[in-house]
Amino acid sequence: MPQGDYIELHRKRHGYRLDHFERKRKKEAREVHKRSAYAQKALGIKGKMFAKKRYAEKALMKKTLAMHDESSSRRKVDDKVQDGAIPAYLLDRDTTTRAKILSNSIKQKRKEKAGKWEVPLPKVRPVAEDEMFRVIRTGKRKTKQWKRMVTKVTFVGPGFTRKPPKYERFIRPTGLRFTKANVTHPELKCTFNLEIIGLKKNPNGPMYTSLGVVTKGTIIEVNVSELGLVTPAGKVVWGKYAQVTNDPENDGCINAVLLV
Amino acid sequence: MEVMEEGREISSSNGVMCLLTDPEGEPLGAPLFLPQNTGPLQLQEIVNKLLKNEEKMPYAFYISDQELVVQLGLFLQKNKVSVEKVVRIIYQPQALFRIRPVNRCSATIAGHTEAVLSVSFSPDGRCLASGSGDTTVRLWDLNTQTPLFTCLGHKNWVLYIAWSPDGQHLVSGSKAGELLTWDPQSGKQSGSPLLGHKKWITGISWEPVHLQAPSRRFVSSSKDGDARIWDISLRKCVICLSGHTLAVTCVKWGGDGMIYTGSQDCTIKVWETSQGKLIRELKGHGHWVNSLALSTEYVLRTGAFDHTRKTYSSPGEMKEAALARYNKMKGNAPERLVSGSDDFTMFLWEPALSKHPKARLTGHQQLVNHVYFSPDGQWLASASFDKSVKLWNGITGKFVASFRGHVGPVYQISWSADSRLLLSGSKDSTLKVWDIRTQKLKQDLPGHADEVFSVDWSPDGEKVASGGKDRVLKLWMN
Repeated sequence: MPQGDYIELHRKRHGYRLDHFERKRKKEAREVHKRSAYAQKALGIKGKMFAKKRYAEKALMKKTLAMHDESSSRRKVDDKVQDGAIPAYLLDRDTTTRAKILSNSIKQKRKEKAGKWEVPLPKVRPVAEDEMFRVIRTGKRKTKQWKRMVTKVTFVGPGFTRKPPKYERFIRPTGLRFTKANVTHPELKCTFNLEIIGLKKNPNGPMYTSLGVVTKGTIIEVNVSELGLVTPAGKVVWGKYAQVTNDPENDGCINAVLLV
Repeated sequence: MEVMEEGREISSSNGVMCLLTDPEGEPLGAPLFLPQNTGPLQLQEIVNKLLKNEEKMPYAFYISDQELVVQLGLFLQKNKVSVEKVVRIIYQPQALFRIRPVNRCSATIAGHTEAVLSVSFSPDGRCLASGSGDTTVRLWDLNTQTPLFTCLGHKNWVLYIAWSPDGQHLVSGSKAGELLTWDPQSGKQSGSPLLGHKKWITGISWEPVHLQAPSRRFVSSSKDGDARIWDISLRKCVICLSGHTLAVTCVKWGGDGMIYTGSQDCTIKVWETSQGKLIRELKGHGHWVNSLALSTEYVLRTGAFDHTRKTYSSPGEMKEAALARYNKMKGNAPERLVSGSDDFTMFLWEPALSKHPKARLTGHQQLVNHVYFSPDGQWLASASFDKSVKLWNGITGKFVASFRGHVGPVYQISWSADSRLLLSGSKDSTLKVWDIRTQKLKQDLPGHADEVFSVDWSPDGEKVASGGKDRVLKLWMN
């Protein structure tokens, strides 16, 4: 229970004690000694905690000192020629730096025709069928074994409706369906959370491609319209391909690298 | 036959009282009683007669800002113009020559090792220079489309280059703040660097050749908030125009011997050039002033050179020719100034008459980066970061058309010498040519691999040069 601000009230009425400021000064002067004594004495977790706190304080102090130093010290102007020249009318504007024109649709099309891709992950571990699917036994006596459940992450288009469960051969669990991927641009070195448009190819086989199974090494098409890329002809690029670099079923997310 | 009959039908109805006026609103003679089947061709003949032109000039006719392309009667019917009042028809002289739109890339010249920041044709259209982020200025041979000279000397990015209007000098300003002058014939640096600016150069403008020939003085603006007048024969700064509190973004040397500076402190200042006194301060913008344009800018830039490719033997002759061109262009109206700003608007000023704007030009949804008057001063184009180029009436400042098509911010625009075509370069790596008459896209010019920073249409109209972030210089032709 708070007891009221009787000290403030007393000070208001009678003023400070005559030796208040003297005591305060002495207390502050003694504080450092007290702290160092504690630092030497403290053991175990308490010692560690104290050391950590002290270290943080010291680092902060050093930073502030350095900052104050910087404002007064004089040094030579750094007049090196930088890369990424921009015209005078853009110099005062905070434009985000882009590495390079990213798209080049012609190259991409040529690659598509040849059917060969120079991809970040050229080889992937083949996934066996019994790893990919789990057999589900059906029938009253659980004797039928024609139903399969996909145990990997899948991409299902937005307009998809399930077949009647009685006839559905492949079950794609809703918990393993993904619509977005974390796509890294290799030149910009930054990552965007982009929507998946479709699956281009699953290296394990055309059946997995048509099922929409996303495993490591799969080529997916992502919606890059928010990155603002343009083709050499000046049109906005909408979809681009990316390759999955992780095992989505283990990580709970799809990570991919944009193919440029 | 049907057409004939239709024509007779219209002609059988009444005529219309018309008053022909020039773009400034001065009437040409008394109101005329014209038959309704009068077309632009007949009007053209009438105007040529009334003006007593020895050689026939082409004219375009406008009724309340809409161009008249059909017969008068049809136009009045279609647009529901009242025939009770006198119809005011504005006639605008058109260029005698016609420039063909560029439609192909004739050369891609590599050479610069960094982004090309500015390109500029010489006033006679025979030379081309470019400044780049690799600290060089390069001169190009337009006949063989190869590099001619590489001018080394700058210590940092070359941000701005400007030809003197007599074509004898080239000045370049860099990010380090020094200015260098070059001799375009030999590609050598003439004299030592002009030092004085403490920060980067944002603009350079030469003294018009009709005020002094040969060209000696030019003015440069800088990020440090000053504009300086330099004399290249004395090789020093003659006058320092200080007064702006923030960076000066743009500078123009007017034809009446005044200097206009636009600044990030939201003001435009007008200076007198003999002593550097401040004459006027034009206030109105709510944010940075990005770009200025003069109605006579194209004539000032090209000086005595016109489409006939005449050469002049002496500076005196050149001065006279330039003065004649300037007076013809200016007419009896004062020089108009337009300023584009970060507050998404533009102002049209007549600085010689008043310190208040003549019109406020609103409509852009993003900042206006570049404004430019057409060579005949009738039109005004503005490039904005909202991906559009807008066309305005250069005299009244009324909105005319909006050119949409770019998918990125538009950085720079350039007019063809006959004022019939407009070129724009954008961040989306394309150039586009717009037709002023139809107000539509005439030509799309893809080809650059990255942002286009600078475009220029040569004064003789044959070539277009563009440079950008992909480090190549492209030449376009028809």
